[in-house]
Amino acid sequence: MSRTFLGLPRTLRRPDDDGADEPFGPVPHPQEPLRWGDDFPAAAKQTLKNDQLRRNLGHATQVIRTKRAAVVGEVPDWEALRDAASGVKQQVMAQLPDLLQQLEENVVARGGVVHWARDAAEANRIVADIAKAKGADEVVKVKSMATQEIGLNEALADEGIAAIETDLAELIVQLADDMPSHILVPAIHRNRSEIRDIFLARMGDAPPDLSDVPRELAMAARAHLRRKFLSAKVAVSGANFAVADTGTLAVVESEGNGRMCLTLPETLVTVMGIEKLVPTFDDLEVFLQLLPRSSTGERMNPYTSLWTGVTEGDGPQEFHLVLLDNGRTDVLADEVGRSALHCIRCSACLNVCPVYERVGGHAYGSVYPGPIGAILTPQLTASTGGVSGHHDPNASLPYASTLCGACYEVCPVKIDIPSILVDLRAREVDADRSSRGVDPWRTAMKAASWVMSDGDRFALAGRAATLGSGLGGRDHAISLAPPPASAWTKARDLPAPPRQTFRQWWKAEHDAPPVEPVETQEDGR
Amino acid sequence: MRIALAAQCIADTLFPGAPRATVRLLERLGHEVVFPAGQACCGQMHVNTGYFREAVPVIRNHVETFAPVADGEWDAVVIPSGSCTGSVRHQQAMVCRRAGLDDLAATAEAVSAKTYELSELLVDVLGLTDVGAWFPHRVTYHPTCHSLRMLHVGDKPLKLLRAVEGIDLVELPAADSCCGFGGAFALKNADTSAAMLEDKAANVRGTGAEVLTAGDMSCLMHIGGGLSRQGTGIHALHLAEVLASTREEPTPMPETTFTRPGRPEKRTEAAR
Repeated sequence: MSRTFLGLPRTLRRPDDDGADEPFGPVPHPQEPLRWGDDFPAAAKQTLKNDQLRRNLGHATQVIRTKRAAVVGEVPDWEALRDAASGVKQQVMAQLPDLLQQLEENVVARGGVVHWARDAAEANRIVADIAKAKGADEVVKVKSMATQEIGLNEALADEGIAAIETDLAELIVQLADDMPSHILVPAIHRNRSEIRDIFLARMGDAPPDLSDVPRELAMAARAHLRRKFLSAKVAVSGANFAVADTGTLAVVESEGNGRMCLTLPETLVTVMGIEKLVPTFDDLEVFLQLLPRSSTGERMNPYTSLWTGVTEGDGPQEFHLVLLDNGRTDVLADEVGRSALHCIRCSACLNVCPVYERVGGHAYGSVYPGPIGAILTPQLTASTGGVSGHHDPNASLPYASTLCGACYEVCPVKIDIPSILVDLRAREVDADRSSRGVDPWRTAMKAASWVMSDGDRFALAGRAATLGSGLGGRDHAISLAPPPASAWTKARDLPAPPRQTFRQWWKAEHDAPPVEPVETQEDGR
Repeated sequence: MRIALAAQCIADTLFPGAPRATVRLLERLGHEVVFPAGQACCGQMHVNTGYFREAVPVIRNHVETFAPVADGEWDAVVIPSGSCTGSVRHQQAMVCRRAGLDDLAATAEAVSAKTYELSELLVDVLGLTDVGAWFPHRVTYHPTCHSLRMLHVGDKPLKLLRAVEGIDLVELPAADSCCGFGGAFALKNADTSAAMLEDKAANVRGTGAEVLTAGDMSCLMHIGGGLSRQGTGIHALHLAEVLASTREEPTPMPETTFTRPGRPEKRTEAAR
């Protein structure tokens, strides 16, 4: 991770401040949850140096990939389910304003309160005001990407309200004053001995003889959190789904901490991106099959909590739903990019991504890492839709992929991530066209376009290249080249051009009348 | 069949052995191969780097050069590259439409409908798995990402390789993991690319193969470049070069790939 985070003030306050005031290890400390500072190549250069991180990630992604493949393989209609989910999401995007209003009507009819937030600041203000109105200086939280995206914990801390993460991995991240590096497994970059060290240093009530056995770690966190669940007046959650025709919200989880938050406190505030809708209750059937298999590699997740408004004498007696835009309507307006809003945050694309596996989540400089982050983050943060020019570090994200297609293959809602990445690259290139100054890539691409759009010009360029056939010496390999090829030759040789291009050979062999036997076995150099 | 060859620009210029082997193979199987001289590049590099505007003339040249296949002048177009075939099939028409060139997009689609990657042509169109090849070497196969996930060639290349006489085909661990090339990715994200390459090269070395083969010279340029740098002596050969090899006319080992003489005695022997 880059340690040079612009010298910004620390913004995250730990709920149990035990005097330790430093982040645990070299962790990022961004001011903006969706724009941490460095561009992707620079951030990746740093994270690649962390061998421990690469080992942790290599192991964890391998395990989860194998689990997923096994449970997906046993579903005979998996492809049909993906098609159905994709279809439902397309319908949601096409009818989003109507469906949102329908949701609002149904939530209100069942005793809930609906708030509309244009951006992070509005959403944070709404949540803080609710907590203050309830006199709460502490709220318990269900793991939620929407609240990560708006930096809710930091905003609440500024108002003197401690937000306590109750998901085990989020708790680890929070105690370490760290940032999440995975959508589902935010502490995937930490191994068990690091987690023990974090607990011992930061949890306050951790047993002093704590070992790094996972069960012991989980029990320590459980005891710590139980006290919080029982005392909290207000809980904050995200939502995996909201059903428009009933006003029902859904949270899907593994640990049961979510169920505690959703049922024990008197007041529940749910912050949800406006894209998380499904039209009808029946549609949940499709997504509740796809999500656990894609995310944790389980046939079914242990806890699925569904609630509709307020029920007297059962669960929270006050329910607020905050509908968050924060750039989503701009994404929705884009014909190609909008399918990024279909995402159900399963994180299957992260687990199969060969780039993510090497660099880890922090290199993406956003709470949304991996392939989905590479298409979502630059769209959410572009000032006027589309994508920004190359001066914005987030404009480097669409290039953080080899376009290998593994993400598209596993996506349960069939988001064609590679095509969107290419489209975002085109938008960045176009955004930069108006800028003055020499862009070496643009110059090279223009020249290449001229050469590569005509057989004669290309033949001439090929002939010119053959003049360099001696460059590689006896090995035919070039090991040192001037920039930009030096980026290549740092780790790889370049082939020396052959003495004869293919088309020269073809001309001699097939087009010209044979005068004497042509040496077909000549090695071409 | 009359088959038009799109040689792939990288192979034409840097690895002529791959398209030459494609010609040798198809002619040996009794087909007529045509090389339309107007061809240059399919446009993939420009499209994947976001230079759609600059891609249009490149795509136009490709589409117009190969348009006769749509009129039946040739029976098929073959490209010995998974990623270029993928670009023809999934990108060309899209870029033309974006530029408001609907007619060109329609022609591109007509050409693309008769364009095949080499293993698709051999297995699906010509109905072959045994092409009568002889290649007495230990070989491992890297299924390139675009062949695998864009074209869905599945195990067609492996079927072809298994039928090769004398071959010792060994499985590549984590074969379907990307090698880290990704065109401009190797330059724009050189460190990440190198980290991916390191793992791929280690897996190739672990097989003990003397030849790494794949259906795409661009990926082979990348992995081969890493294997060469590491002085492994492992040769990167295109699938066509393996399949074109016969007892009468064996593919000479270092024909087109750059290889440092990690094991000089072996190299000399193989090149004989």
